[in-house]
Amino acid sequence: QGPDPLITELQDWASYTGAGVDETPYGMPISFESHVVRRNVEWLTASPISSINFTPIHALDGTITPQGCAFERHHSGAIELRKEDYRLMVNGLVDRPLVFTYDDLERFPRENHVYFCECAANTGMEWAGAQLNGVQFTHGMIHNMEYTGIPLRTLLREAGADISPDKWVYVEGADASSNGRSIPMEKALDDVLVAFKANGEALRMEHGYPVRLVVPGWEGNMWVKWLRRIEVTDVAVESREETSKYTDVYEDGTARKWTWVMDAKSVITSPSPQMPIKHGAGPLVISGLAWSGHGQITRVDVSKDGGITWETARLGKQGDTKALTRFYLDTQWDGKPMLLQARAMDETGYVQPTKDQLREQRGENAVYHNNCIQTWYVSAEGIAENVETS
Amino acid sequence: AARVGELEAEIAEIQAAAALRVATGSNLTAPAPEAEGAYGLGRAALVEEIAAWDVDVLPDGRGLPEGKGDVWTGEEVFADRCASCHGDFAEGVDNWPVLAGGFDTLGDEDPVKTVGSYWPHLSTAWDYISRSMPFGEAGTLTADETYAIVAYILYSNDLVDEDFELNHENFADFNMYNMDGFVIDDRPDLEYAAWRSEPCMENCKDEVKITMRSVFLVETPPEGGSNSVMNHAAGEELPSFTAAGPSFIPEGAKATQAVAQDTAAPAALADDGADLIADGQKVFKKCAACHKVGEGAKNASGPQLNGIVGRTIGGVEGFKYSKVFQAALEEGRVWDEAALTEFLAKPKSYMKGTKMAFSGLKKETDLTAVIAYLASLGE
Repeated sequence: QGPDPLITELQDWASYTGAGVDETPYGMPISFESHVVRRNVEWLTASPISSINFTPIHALDGTITPQGCAFERHHSGAIELRKEDYRLMVNGLVDRPLVFTYDDLERFPRENHVYFCECAANTGMEWAGAQLNGVQFTHGMIHNMEYTGIPLRTLLREAGADISPDKWVYVEGADASSNGRSIPMEKALDDVLVAFKANGEALRMEHGYPVRLVVPGWEGNMWVKWLRRIEVTDVAVESREETSKYTDVYEDGTARKWTWVMDAKSVITSPSPQMPIKHGAGPLVISGLAWSGHGQITRVDVSKDGGITWETARLGKQGDTKALTRFYLDTQWDGKPMLLQARAMDETGYVQPTKDQLREQRGENAVYHNNCIQTWYVSAEGIAENVETS
Repeated sequence: AARVGELEAEIAEIQAAAALRVATGSNLTAPAPEAEGAYGLGRAALVEEIAAWDVDVLPDGRGLPEGKGDVWTGEEVFADRCASCHGDFAEGVDNWPVLAGGFDTLGDEDPVKTVGSYWPHLSTAWDYISRSMPFGEAGTLTADETYAIVAYILYSNDLVDEDFELNHENFADFNMYNMDGFVIDDRPDLEYAAWRSEPCMENCKDEVKITMRSVFLVETPPEGGSNSVMNHAAGEELPSFTAAGPSFIPEGAKATQAVAQDTAAPAALADDGADLIADGQKVFKKCAACHKVGEGAKNASGPQLNGIVGRTIGGVEGFKYSKVFQAALEEGRVWDEAALTEFLAKPKSYMKGTKMAFSGLKKETDLTAVIAYLASLGE
């Protein structure tokens, strides 16, 4: 092997000047990364205006999801709502029904928290067995951002709300779908945020600019975007999104409702179908994400043989609650086929279940809340495929 | 060696400090202070404002406006406002929701969850239709139209007779078919309790077989979106696994070669005019240190290049040209494409004595692209 011309020859970039500071006032990823984008699956829904796309989690590392590639779900399209035109109403069982402008909200004390937001339908297709070949498509209805916002309890208190434990807080968006969900008072007083920044900058249009709700650990549909109204009620509204959707049907035809919490879950993002091993046998970094709506991830185990033996992975950063946790298994690959699995445990001691365990409990019709252990078959060539195992 | 030891000790210290941070850290920021009373922010919501926005309807019918609508009126309104997506008989068009039928399918493999078969409260239908429908024209239905549409949906589900009228007075008395079909989240009892034991780490199974392969491969084209393709490798035999490893190693992976891998947009230059100009703009980065272009571009160490294609050679005012350029100006020579191509390929041989230090563009595609870019610039 001769000397590498990339080293021995003068390269253009080492000789000519690059882009000036006035060239990209707001920077985008370099063109070589243009494939790392949200992607949708056309046949999933009737219209892209009421649909979902998927975060390219296979190509990301660390835990924070850049806003520009964080999945979107909306029911009547993402709307453009100016801060100047924004109004937030608090009404219902309150002493003082109030209207806030955006500027009003910035005068309340605020907090910063990192939380994951997962659609309840994430991995939903897999109930029927291995379907789409790519972790972006099986697990990409998730993102993880640092939110800046006001505790919801601050606004409830400001309006003199009845905060007795049998009361509910109904939240509603300003878009045409008027998505609305009922949140029990205990959760509303706990860690829910009325957020206006994500990862340090204004929310993106598709994530609810200028203001969205953040409901840590609970299904994404409750994180109402373009939040326009907070109503204290004495019963759950039983809106369309909490009865006809986001309920889980059992095998006997009865259904679970108010299944708000996203249980502990993990998945290997690399290697995975979109991230084959290209380097052959030798040192291999197996990496993935784990999260739990009940709190912290305390441990992630990884299996290379479909669950016969497990090794405990290294957590990238411990202690985050209701946020994505990165894990790594730094290993030596012998170049033989593998059946890769990850299994998360959270601070409640809950262990991520297998597909069989879940099906035994719930059947296969549930659609939502599939947090099963995922399997990738990796061939001797390093190509990974979504499979289901005995 | 002593220095290495020092470094190692230092690294160990840094790692210990990091481990401590990890052990004690969390993403909780210091909590926002709680006010004694109210902050006094915002203003009172007016009665008219609350009336305009607080229109949700509760399961017991609270929140319903006065009004009425019968099945026959509903059929007309439905045909006009709803049927293009939901079908004349609420059967659903394409992927749009089916609103009728599906009774006794909830326990089947693919349950048909309609307003009739699944929805536990009638208020949900009224509330959703009045606030969120029709798709793309939300909020435009009158109360009477909404009562009529809901009456028609009940009729299309065989839940009422054809002479039925729905109004704010009989609304709360209506019991839905699946009103008792829901239980409140019982995962804590059925699942959490059972799934908290220390998991197995070794010899957890004797053998693991692959029982199903991905139904779809997914292509991820550079322009975005995705294409699902049937996985024809599904029948191919894959190894089973034991503690000793895979039962065999399949030769090659021809069938799975089709597995989607992300690819960046091709870097090759395209023929397309717009792309050519874009490519030329990139090539121009080699020139940008000395030559300015665009609105108000000034001379720098090289002359500004606006309108360069077709311009007289050496003609930019205020730029101090070399002798060879001054001579060209006197001869009235012009920068046409041929001249530019030759010059940019080997500046020093085409314009002997030029001050331009650039050694030339080697690739023909770069030459074509950069000239196309220069030609696209205005005066």
